[in-house]
Amino acid sequence: MISFVLKSAPFDAPNMESQACGAFATFEGRVRNEHGGKAVLALEYEAHPELAQAEAHKLLTEACARFGLMDAAAIHRTGRLELGETAIWVGVLAPHRREAFDALIWIMDEFKQRVPIWKKEHYADGSAGWVGIDDAPSAKEKQA
Amino acid sequence: MKQVTVQYFASLREQRGLSEEAINTEAATVADLYRDLQLRLDPVHLRCAIDGDIGALSREFKDGAVIVLIPPVAGG
Repeated sequence: MISFVLKSAPFDAPNMESQACGAFATFEGRVRNEHGGKAVLALEYEAHPELAQAEAHKLLTEACARFGLMDAAAIHRTGRLELGETAIWVGVLAPHRREAFDALIWIMDEFKQRVPIWKKEHYADGSAGWVGIDDAPSAKEKQA
Repeated sequence: MKQVTVQYFASLREQRGLSEEAINTEAATVADLYRDLQLRLDPVHLRCAIDGDIGALSREFKDGAVIVLIPPVAGG
């Protein structure tokens, strides 16, 4: 059952199974301690719940059709995350491993472009910035 | 005059100081409405949702619409 959920606290990775599927593949995106040459202390994620739900569900449905998956699911955090915490979990079930691995890559690439979720990074130097917004080209030009 | 609900996220929310407000406007398109708000983010980077339908700012909207301004996303 295609599923996308936003969670405001750390979560356990779910299981997915089907007797028709020999492959269960998952990906976790975690908070890294560096971005663009700056040391990162923590992140915050903010989502539009209805738009994120609709777009993520659409994306997972497309993935199932495109890769012949039996099922696809994802969980994304909101709120503050410390280093090493899981920001996104994606799981897919497929008959075989090739399409399962390919689907995870595609889902992550699409998710990062399409789903209305925003990320604010807090840096060790005390500054903070919205990724893709505060570092967008015109913002830099205006600061110059 | 149209009355619409505008929802703000990320840096737009911080600039506006609100996550949502009711606005009375004569603007024809979301681009016009955004220009009137005088926020700092270059609109070339923005998309919007009108009643849940995501697309370009150049679209028109009706009285009663719920408009979400969508700055560049960074989930995943």
